[in-house]
Amino acid sequence: MSEVLNPLLVLVLLFNFLMLGTSRVAAVINAAAAQGTLLGVAYLAMHGGSGVRALALGLAMIGIKGIAIPRILRGALRSQGIRREVEPFVSFTTSLLLGAVATGLSVLFARTLPLAAGDAEALLVPASLATVLTGFIVLTTRRKALTQVVGYLTLENGIFIFGLTLIEAMPFLVEAGVLLDVLVGVFVMGVVIDHISREFSSIQVDDLTELRE
Amino acid sequence: MAIVSAALAVAAIALAAVSGLPGLWLARERPAPDRLAASLLGLGAICAASAALLVAAGAPDATLALPWRVLGERVTVGLDGLSAFFLLPIFGIASLGSLYAVGDFPAAAHPRNARRLRVAFGLLASGVGLVVIARHAFAFLAGWELMALACFFSITAEDEREEVRRAGFVYLACTRASTLALTGAFVLLHSASHSFALDGLAQIDPATGRAVFGLALVGFALKAGAMPLHLWLPGAHAMAPSHVSALLSGVMIKVGIYGILRMASLLPPLAAGDGAGILALGAVSAVAGVAFALGQHPLKRLLAYHSIENIGIILMGVGLALLGRSLGNREVELLGIASALLHVWNHALFKALLFFGAGSVIHATGEGELDRLGGLAHRMPATALLFGVGAVAICGLPPLNGFVSELLLYLGLLHTLVEQGGAPRMLAGAAVVALALVGGLAAACFVKAFGVVFLGEPRSAAAARAHESPRSMLAPMAVLALLCVAIGVAPQIAAPSLEAAVRSFDPGLAAAGPGLREVAPFDSISLGAALLLGALAAAAAVAARRVRWPAPRDATWSCGYAEPSPRMQVTASSFADTLVGILRWLLWPEVDAARVAGPFPEPARLDTRLPDPVLDRVALPVARRLAEASTRLRWVQQGHLHAYVLYILIAVVVALLTTRGDLG
Amino acid sequence: MTPLGAIAHLALAVLLPPLLLGVIQRTKARMAGRRGAPLLQPYYDLAKLFSKGIVLSRTTTWVFLAGPVVAVATASLASLLVPFGEKAAPVSFAGDLVLFAYLFGLGRFFTVAAALDTGSSFEGMGGAREATFSALAEPALFLSLLVLVIVRQSFSLSGLVGEDQSALWATAGVPVALACLSLFVVLLAENSRIPFDDPTTHLELTMIHEVMLLDHSGPLLGLALLGAAQKLLVQSALLVRIAVPLPDGPEPLRWAAFLAAILALGVVIGLVESTMARLRLRQVPMLLIAASLLSAFGMVLLVR
Repeated sequence: MSEVLNPLLVLVLLFNFLMLGTSRVAAVINAAAAQGTLLGVAYLAMHGGSGVRALALGLAMIGIKGIAIPRILRGALRSQGIRREVEPFVSFTTSLLLGAVATGLSVLFARTLPLAAGDAEALLVPASLATVLTGFIVLTTRRKALTQVVGYLTLENGIFIFGLTLIEAMPFLVEAGVLLDVLVGVFVMGVVIDHISREFSSIQVDDLTELRE
Repeated sequence: MAIVSAALAVAAIALAAVSGLPGLWLARERPAPDRLAASLLGLGAICAASAALLVAAGAPDATLALPWRVLGERVTVGLDGLSAFFLLPIFGIASLGSLYAVGDFPAAAHPRNARRLRVAFGLLASGVGLVVIARHAFAFLAGWELMALACFFSITAEDEREEVRRAGFVYLACTRASTLALTGAFVLLHSASHSFALDGLAQIDPATGRAVFGLALVGFALKAGAMPLHLWLPGAHAMAPSHVSALLSGVMIKVGIYGILRMASLLPPLAAGDGAGILALGAVSAVAGVAFALGQHPLKRLLAYHSIENIGIILMGVGLALLGRSLGNREVELLGIASALLHVWNHALFKALLFFGAGSVIHATGEGELDRLGGLAHRMPATALLFGVGAVAICGLPPLNGFVSELLLYLGLLHTLVEQGGAPRMLAGAAVVALALVGGLAAACFVKAFGVVFLGEPRSAAAARAHESPRSMLAPMAVLALLCVAIGVAPQIAAPSLEAAVRSFDPGLAAAGPGLREVAPFDSISLGAALLLGALAAAAAVAARRVRWPAPRDATWSCGYAEPSPRMQVTASSFADTLVGILRWLLWPEVDAARVAGPFPEPARLDTRLPDPVLDRVALPVARRLAEASTRLRWVQQGHLHAYVLYILIAVVVALLTTRGDLG
Repeated sequence: MTPLGAIAHLALAVLLPPLLLGVIQRTKARMAGRRGAPLLQPYYDLAKLFSKGIVLSRTTTWVFLAGPVVAVATASLASLLVPFGEKAAPVSFAGDLVLFAYLFGLGRFFTVAAALDTGSSFEGMGGAREATFSALAEPALFLSLLVLVIVRQSFSLSGLVGEDQSALWATAGVPVALACLSLFVVLLAENSRIPFDDPTTHLELTMIHEVMLLDHSGPLLGLALLGAAQKLLVQSALLVRIAVPLPDGPEPLRWAAFLAAILALGVVIGLVESTMARLRLRQVPMLLIAASLLSAFGMVLLVR
């Protein structure tokens, strides 16, 4: 199992770094799309043989995470006339360094957990933690609302990876919950971006900092 | 048989919960939703009364398992003597209150608020009912929370007024604190007994049991309104609609007493010092409550402080019972618990009656201040008579019901005085003196309230224009007054329920100790009441025969004063002035008096206020200081979304770093 | 106790009080150097009042009428709880001392309410003072009764009075003396005697009890005065029976001794009223608290 899984998870981690290091919004979206596709493939690799339902779920995951959601995001990018550069608070080098530290921490932390034998070999737990932390870093250090949506999606991806370890125990719940989360999140984000862009001329999150009446 | 009584109790709770719901869909201004809610609550009261009667008649204790699992355990509810005893006043007062609301808070007069109030009122009654029948910590807390939140919405029914909102917030803060204390107690209990079910707890370690009881006592005392944890009570009772105040005073604060009794009966027996401590706490609460009531000008605030006094009297009974149990004195324990339980019923009856009367006065005149009322007995004779009955009852005067429960408490204290030694004996003596002082002060306060509101001449135009209340408001008062008289003259009617409740509280007491009827002189009380009524009738007959009716009427002579005006009458403040002055060291009244000087002084005003000792002098200043100090931390609230996510990230990383060690 | 005995007891409680008043008035007159009114003058006054008509104020309601009625009824019932010349009172049960105190509380409630009913400032003032001082007198009363409860180990007034006074004085003399003194002070306070109130004053501003009766007239005034006198008699009877040992012997002897003791107490009250001045109103609470402390001290002596 881990022979198939580990390369996929390594690729996921690499896409994390890509997301942190690129300066183009389109590249960030593509990185998230690729991550989603990889996760769908990983799920199919783990459970594809167990029936039609698992097959359907895996393909749906690839479709939603890899194709549909990135398409919505690219559409928003084009229609709102958003500038194509990522605007971070910290430099890209710093973001990459933070990502590296996060990955290292995740690996160390995963060592201390009392995991089952099969999971301990696979990179599941470290990859999930690293992806979660990457999502957080993107959410924290990127100014544009659109990149924040992508950061949230990465966060969800990380949680899903962790869910892969629980699939035997609660098979249906994990997928449905994760997919629902993603759908709701993107839906809300889409509506919010739409409304904000109608209210304000740009969707810079900076303008939302006025707390006093 | 047992299941029937438990099912009836659950039915009562369900009926109360849905009583307000039909009003959500019916038109706003029609009276139908009010009547529907009153009917549903009335039906619920009948169910509860049947359940209580079944239990009093000897039905065995029943337990129902709800279709609800928590952490592997089934949540249970049950009905025993103690629960049944509290069910009666809960649903009785609730149904009478909703009937009263048909006249006092009709949907037509309050289009915005009546629907919400109806729903909240029903949920409040059902929440209290659920607490009382809960046999599992989760059912208890669910009922507790339901009751607390429904109560908040009931209190703030007229939330367009700022003082109502403020009272509601103070109440909310206190109820959160009490829930916190209770949750802590239940968690501690779980750690000792490894179960959330509320039975079989007598085997846990006594030290843990005392800690659990202490935490629970804080939570329950906050809810019951014992001093010094009473800070929410005066404001909430004064600002809520009258039928809600009646339910609060009559029922909701009693649930704190129920909790204390239930905990005391489940946990291992406490030390003598704990019972003595509760007895002392009750005495302090009683004396302080009545002292503060003396100086209040708004009628409903006055009644609220009297609730604090009566909770103190009930706590004295509870403390006496616990003291008796720890000393092994069965008579003292029986008298203590009987007096506390009977006073729960009695106070529910006469306090609800008084709040309904106060509500009628406010409804008729629009005035709640004592010094703007007066002479209402001419224009509202029925209300005056019924309020008078309530006033005599709350002072504990024979032949009404307050006297019976206070007599039982006196007897218990006298037994302790005579049979025990050392510290309990001194405490009992002091408690007797405190109770006597409370009786005297309460009588002074209520003759003032009754006299200033209903007797004499009207002190304002609003009072002169008063009208009698509609039948929907008078009927509940009449029912309560009749019950006050009934229990006062024939306390034996309460004996079966009392005995069943005592059996649940302490089965050993019921089995081995003396019976209630041997220790409590109910028959003598009936004889005394009958003799008193006979003496009253005889004296009245003598007076009636000697006087030539109709008697000529003239202005008040008052030793020949030529031009009396209503403003020359004694006011409430002047009536209580001497007593408030004597108790100055306790009450700290605030007086705003302009100096009257010179031979031709300017017009002047005198304003006296009695701020609440805990709320206005301690809690609010502390809260204000905290708020000022917190403004220094305002920089944390940046407004940047990134900052907030950064805080979450930091929290996650810290959590990861710190849990490493535990799991490794 | 036979029903006949109870009726005789009750009749005495109704017929004797004016005589007690007469003795007090006579004593005060003699002390002032006058001959004084006849001993039976209060009877003549009451008879006159009962034959007169009444005038009611327009402001008053049924509460005004209830005041004197309740005062007489409660005082009469309270008299049934206290043994006069007999060994045990007609009505006695454990806890009847509480009923005793609270019956007077009921009477006071309606008397003060009747005063407030007239809407007059004088009567309201008098009612306020009455309510205040009796609230402070209750603890004193209970404390003195508590001393006796501890000594006699009984919860009934008949038990507190008990059988052998001489043994009582021998064993617990000082505490009982303190309790009796405290009871005497409470007696003076509750019945509005000097030093608490001057029953013969004509200044309404200084009155307590008299001012509450200003608007009563005719039979109602008669009932009010009778009720007040009954209260004095019943509380005197309690004090007398506790303090004075009645001789063991035939019933008539005991009754004669009791009557003599009551009238002697009347003389004592008259002496106290003649030799003391009325206290300033602000000092009244202090005297009542002092009376409480006396009994409390007696209690401490007992349980030490």
